[in-house]
Amino acid sequence: MATQEVRYTVTDVIAPGGAHEHIHYPGEEYAERIEHHEHGPSGILKWLTSTDHKVIGLSYMITAIVVFYISGIMALVMRLQLTSPHSSLLSFAQFNALFTMHGSLMLYLFAGPFAFGGLANYIVPLQIGAPDMAFPRLNALSYWLYLTGSITMMLGFFVAGGAAQFGWVAYAPLSSATSSPGAGPDVWIMALVLTGFSAIFTGVNLCGTIFYLRAPGMTMWRMPIFTWNMLVTGILILIAFPVLTAALVMLFCDRHFGTHIYTAVGCLHVNGTHMASCGSPLLWQNLFWFFGHPEVYILALPFFGIVTEILPVFSRRPVFGYKGMVFATMAIAALSTGVWAHHMFTTGAVLLPFFSFLSLLIAVPTGIKFFNWIGTMWHGQLTFNTPMLFSIGFLFAFLMGGVTGIMLASPPIDFATHDTYFVVAHFHQVLFGTAVFAGFAGVYYWYPKMFGRMLRDNLGKWHFWLMFIGFWVTFMPQYVVGLLGMPRRVASYPSNLGWQSYNIVSTVGAFIIGISFVFLLVNFFVSWRKPIPAGDNPWDAHTLEWFTTSPPPHHNYTHLPPIRSERPTWDYNHPEHIVVPHGRSARSNGHANGKVKAGV
Amino acid sequence: MLLRACSFRVFWAGSDSVSAVDSSLTGPSSKTSENPGQGTKSPRRRRLAVAGVALGAVLLTGCQLPTFGAYKGATSQGRSTFHLWQGFFIAGLIVGGFTMVLILWAIFRYRRRSDAIPRQTQYHTLTEIIYTISPILIVLGLFVATVLVENEVTAVEPHPYTTIHVYAFQWGWEFQYDNGVKVIGQTTDAPTMMVPTNETVRVYLRSYDVLHGFYVPEFNFSRYASPGYWTSFDLNVLHNGVYRGQCTQLCGLYHSIMFFNVRSVDPGAYQTWLRATGAFQRTHPNSIGQLPASLHGNVNGTAPGYSGNSGNSGTGNSGNTGGALYGD
Repeated sequence: MATQEVRYTVTDVIAPGGAHEHIHYPGEEYAERIEHHEHGPSGILKWLTSTDHKVIGLSYMITAIVVFYISGIMALVMRLQLTSPHSSLLSFAQFNALFTMHGSLMLYLFAGPFAFGGLANYIVPLQIGAPDMAFPRLNALSYWLYLTGSITMMLGFFVAGGAAQFGWVAYAPLSSATSSPGAGPDVWIMALVLTGFSAIFTGVNLCGTIFYLRAPGMTMWRMPIFTWNMLVTGILILIAFPVLTAALVMLFCDRHFGTHIYTAVGCLHVNGTHMASCGSPLLWQNLFWFFGHPEVYILALPFFGIVTEILPVFSRRPVFGYKGMVFATMAIAALSTGVWAHHMFTTGAVLLPFFSFLSLLIAVPTGIKFFNWIGTMWHGQLTFNTPMLFSIGFLFAFLMGGVTGIMLASPPIDFATHDTYFVVAHFHQVLFGTAVFAGFAGVYYWYPKMFGRMLRDNLGKWHFWLMFIGFWVTFMPQYVVGLLGMPRRVASYPSNLGWQSYNIVSTVGAFIIGISFVFLLVNFFVSWRKPIPAGDNPWDAHTLEWFTTSPPPHHNYTHLPPIRSERPTWDYNHPEHIVVPHGRSARSNGHANGKVKAGV
Repeated sequence: MLLRACSFRVFWAGSDSVSAVDSSLTGPSSKTSENPGQGTKSPRRRRLAVAGVALGAVLLTGCQLPTFGAYKGATSQGRSTFHLWQGFFIAGLIVGGFTMVLILWAIFRYRRRSDAIPRQTQYHTLTEIIYTISPILIVLGLFVATVLVENEVTAVEPHPYTTIHVYAFQWGWEFQYDNGVKVIGQTTDAPTMMVPTNETVRVYLRSYDVLHGFYVPEFNFSRYASPGYWTSFDLNVLHNGVYRGQCTQLCGLYHSIMFFNVRSVDPGAYQTWLRATGAFQRTHPNSIGQLPASLHGNVNGTAPGYSGNSGNSGTGNSGNTGGALYGD
């Protein structure tokens, strides 16, 4: 029967056909090993010393969510400043430091680490039936580098001269020692070097795990889309982050060792001639965005993956166009390495049509993803639990961000809107759509697996609806005021241009979002004090992680179901609905079972 | 404001003119449609066709469409960008709206009504091919439109009427003219860049220190002022007026208040101003670019919204602001 369980020992899973295949642990001995591990350090010592991907993943997520709240409060303070044109709440310097840190924390220390350090760490080994990440100690090192980097960055507020004030992009030569003296910028650079290495190690770990630790039967074309997206994200990390780290080291050299890599010293000649020996501020932009644009997709692909896990489960349908989805992910990743200069259209020093065309082209795989998500819901049986609501919120948010993104991919429109609030609204809608809507969809979805208890659905819905409303109220006025010409990164603005009312509306929206996140904390608290047991598979979900216990045991699985499609747990629970892979849908008439059985 | 709809009168005027064009262009076919043998359907069909062509023409001419929140563009380059913006906005409305309707339909139509397991469809090759190819076609269309407009916006004339070298610095602007005239101003003491109307102005842009952004909202245009290299572009301002400008690229502490103005006057008045200012600066070599009020160009020389100025800027198309001195 297709429902027959196949038992694997841990060595089977780790090295099928590998060097250790002759070593065979009997089941009892394996259980003892687990027992032994679980009698290891407990309490705080467990969190400090663990190499378990689940403990590290949770550490990552908790740290990232703390960073998210801190950074969100910074956003609220800045929104308060902008409610009046010449507010004296913050000085210019404080405002500049705040938006620099808001951007840096959200992009470098929340969105990325939350996804590829936290969720991926926890979920990917479970989804492919692996006992842990490929390099558990490297994994621990990644986390501790990340935590150190996060603390280092926030220490910037306590050094003389305050935190860095050059924006999260640190454009040269504003980031030079002359224009940005003090320890704040150095602390910022070092924090990013630390977290950069953390990301690189995580990328190595993800690729290694996914390539080498898949359970028997888990072929590449049976991996869940989340895992696929994390693989592609891992590859993008390996492409992008070393460039950033190297660029930062050169920046540090410019600041302290007298190099002139990004400075234009000696370049200025009124009659327009160039001096051959001068450095190039433009080089920083090229290097930074060669990291920065893949980074945008490093921040998006994992969240696409989350949504692609949730929509099928709550539609009770398989992913529509699985292979198209995978190829779209690869296409996005490939294109993302060739579009960096669309951030530099207004430098007057890049080939506009090339970068415009590649940027526009990204709309194609993204569109495919959209239609696949819609196709997944089409003819489904949709229920609207909190994870599903957040995923649908993501669809709307990302649609809006995507449409305005296509506008910005056109250089003339970019000339008109570059560095205005139009761009601010655009990338907040994209990143809020992914990292926040989809990210917290993932939190609501996998929380039962991680803690064995449910989050309250009604509190989750409060969270969703307030956030959804707040989202539109915050960012739609920013498009309008951006088109009117309000630049980004200003702490004050002229009072006679009619910008204030839009800013007030936007601030109100931001505070609605802020309030919505109180419901998340309340939800955590309630589930901690009054747990509702979740069981192994509360959502009737599809993928492997829902087969094991909640929370999973040390090394994740004592036994695995047969893996013959992209959704082994669903096949196990609904043997009558098994879909023949790579074919049309099989009606529930039993023929499919025969085929699958024959294939065993 | 954001979606200022076409006025009814304008719309009908458009359709009238187009129907005239319609009958002249498609003469034979419109005659056949007037053939009584076609029956009762034909007038309706004809009206539909006229309406369709009218809509198309309105879309093409652009200026009858809503502005969708953007400035119409006070330069010929900015005007092209504005029309491109309208096209992109409409394309975005159609594609985004279509997708949104699909999502909403899926949400409301396919709510769970029973515990039955729905069909487990995984693929539909034809659908997938269609929704792969159609975005490619849309993107190609958008790209062609982009390149056409981009070439207009970035085109530089071989013989511009005048050339202005613009230097940005922390935190102000310096404008240097052909005859050596130099105008400098910092932060809220916004300097004014004088330009001739309806003539090609070549701007060479550069920075003395860090990156800055030369941005005039009503021109629908911005360009980085960077240290290390020159960048240049042409402006053809369409009407006399004062247009507010501001630094858009973060440049340090006082980035928020790094303003300037662009004032466009008739070429004659421009030359008068240039000569008068040149004479002034020759006789006052220590003025470091500062001009007396009579030559300042902007009436009171401070950034709008920072001195209770009632705002002759920000509404550039009003033209003729304080222009008595220069006869425009």
